[in-house]
Amino acid sequence: MKGAEILVKALQHEGVKILFGYPGGSVLPLFDVLYDEGLRFILVRHEQGAAHAADGYARASGSVGVCIATSGPGATNLVTGLATAYMDSIPVVAITGQVATHLIGNDAFQEVDTTGITRPITKHNFLVKDVKELGRTVSEAFHIARTGRPGPVLIDLPSDVQRADGEPFAPGEPVAIRSYRPNYEGHPLQIQRAARLLSDARKPLVLAGGGVILANASDALRECVDTLGIPVTSTLMGLGAMPSDHPLFLGMLGMHGTVYANKAVQECDVLLAVGARFDDRVTGKISEFAPRAKIIHIDIDPTSLEKNVRVDVPIVGDAGRILPELIARATPPAAEEWRKLIAEWKRKYPLTYDANGGLKPQFVIQTISCMTDGEAIVCTEVGQNQMWTAQYFAFKKPRTLITSGGLGTMGFGFPAAIGAQLAFPDRTVFDIAGDGSIQMNIQELATAVCNRLPVKIIILNNCCLGMVRQWQQLFYKRRYSYTCFDGAQPDFVKLAEAYGAVGYRADTPESFEKALASALKEREKPVLIDCRVACEENVFPMVPAGASLHEMMEGLA
Amino acid sequence: MAGDDRQNRHIITVTVENRFGVLARIAGLFSARGYNIDSLCVAESEDPSISRMTIVVRGEERILDQIYKQLNKLIDVIKVLDITSEEHIERELVLAKVNAQNVASRQEIMQLVNIFRAKIIDIGKKTLTVEVVGSGAKVRAILELLRPFGIKEIARTGRIAINREFGRQ
Repeated sequence: MKGAEILVKALQHEGVKILFGYPGGSVLPLFDVLYDEGLRFILVRHEQGAAHAADGYARASGSVGVCIATSGPGATNLVTGLATAYMDSIPVVAITGQVATHLIGNDAFQEVDTTGITRPITKHNFLVKDVKELGRTVSEAFHIARTGRPGPVLIDLPSDVQRADGEPFAPGEPVAIRSYRPNYEGHPLQIQRAARLLSDARKPLVLAGGGVILANASDALRECVDTLGIPVTSTLMGLGAMPSDHPLFLGMLGMHGTVYANKAVQECDVLLAVGARFDDRVTGKISEFAPRAKIIHIDIDPTSLEKNVRVDVPIVGDAGRILPELIARATPPAAEEWRKLIAEWKRKYPLTYDANGGLKPQFVIQTISCMTDGEAIVCTEVGQNQMWTAQYFAFKKPRTLITSGGLGTMGFGFPAAIGAQLAFPDRTVFDIAGDGSIQMNIQELATAVCNRLPVKIIILNNCCLGMVRQWQQLFYKRRYSYTCFDGAQPDFVKLAEAYGAVGYRADTPESFEKALASALKEREKPVLIDCRVACEENVFPMVPAGASLHEMMEGLA
Repeated sequence: MAGDDRQNRHIITVTVENRFGVLARIAGLFSARGYNIDSLCVAESEDPSISRMTIVVRGEERILDQIYKQLNKLIDVIKVLDITSEEHIERELVLAKVNAQNVASRQEIMQLVNIFRAKIIDIGKKTLTVEVVGSGAKVRAILELLRPFGIKEIARTGRIAINREFGRQ
């Protein structure tokens, strides 16, 4: 059996049904096998699209996403996608072609040191030089990608290894790597200490991160919150772990978090962080973060503990296993006063915007949330579109917000939406975009059209790079250096139509509602709605970079 | 300053899979996160499939804790041990090419070498090459004493370390 066939058999053995990729010289043997095999192959229009689509597929489904690219430029085009997946701990396996083994190191045509380039942005990577190791390597790659703290794994496969004859793929014993044994069970004593802290708290708060979703621990989290009566806030990556309409849910914290979430963090006496890594966008000024709180931190990755904030009770392990034990050992704290105070804050400082003055981006998000009953899968790009989505879409379920949190990759949302739509053909999938970020991977319209994917692209078109512009307005004396796209903006409706998609334009609340209603009915083609939103609109509240969470700006004076 | 250095200095032994790319992963970890390495030694261990590294690093407790955990996180790393606080033996090998153009210097250097139980392993017209094996303190001391003669070149292995069978009770 040829190496390429072994690879495909091994992928099938791992349960892979769909691949995203782009062909090229050094993966020709592999593509020759894919021509016959029953795997669905999604031909993207740029390798970056393949990496993001595999990532979106993984985030939506919880299964490993797989992408394929050729050597050299194919591999380097995957890099942003791999870094995106790495920062957000998403299980992706990338397979890259490499020049033949005898050419490696010779600066051959389309040769780059792929394992070298991707070393710091993958959980692990492999260069397979011997066909005998191929089957085992694939098993290990999937094992590493999906266990412990998940992450992307890359397999670099020289073209001669793809052509070489090897033993037919036979599924071996379960993978056991002596140097890799993630710890899932929390330390019982630490759990006991955490339970005692929580039981004795007067102002407890839960901080839910993306790890809750990755661990499929959303139900456990909700039970913890309900049983112990503890209010809960969430990072961007944790949105969806708690239903937005839950009375104890405070929305997102951090730079663009709600006033009440940030107040709660600064006031709480015990903070239970679950699967969150205390990113600077979450903590603000680290020395003044949660100044009154004892911090309990549950995380599968020991390096996340004590990395950014001091932690009183670190617990290494899987949130889904630890939370039930914590619930069993803790008693509901006497936090009536605290819950009352928080409810009052929620009434007093709601998220608001001025609804007058044209089509407002916040209105667009709220309307989508309303008309889909919060059930849609919502991908975002990065910038204002992402923050408004986080603030105004009422997420109900885990794995419905798909966004590049750690790396903040513009151009992520649309290909990710393609991946999510392929994971769930019958669900409604949105990409909430800006006019800047949609142009970073707009070529994937061809992929969506040719695979009949009814992804809905909502462009919050303000003719500028809104978030950067917002910072220039607030912190750089309104010197709008290269953030305006005036005069050079494509006609997005015509562009959609040119690709064979459906395009609408909306410049009033009424026209948007109408366009959205039509878009929601479309089941065959991607729909793009070019929303001409109010250009001056900014994302508030806001904690300036480096300030502490209680120093919020609530709007322009 | 030397005193401070020794206070924050940690000797970490790392056993890793003996594969290509592992050293790059470790080096990359240190450079990407801005950790400083004093020395790094790596070679095959008693098991040919495993390499053993001895890394000498300096930093505050929190940084060291992160280094320890980040090393453990690498897939190819089998075991990380900070042996600084355990009973252990450390050695470094140094080859130093020292100016020795007259008989007096040569004799004096040879005396030093004897006292430190070092060796002279090469003699030329202008230089002597000295081999010193020892702990950090011994190596520092002999190099200090050789410096006045003029050290032309030094090659050092960096420290290796191993813990004692009869360590702390």
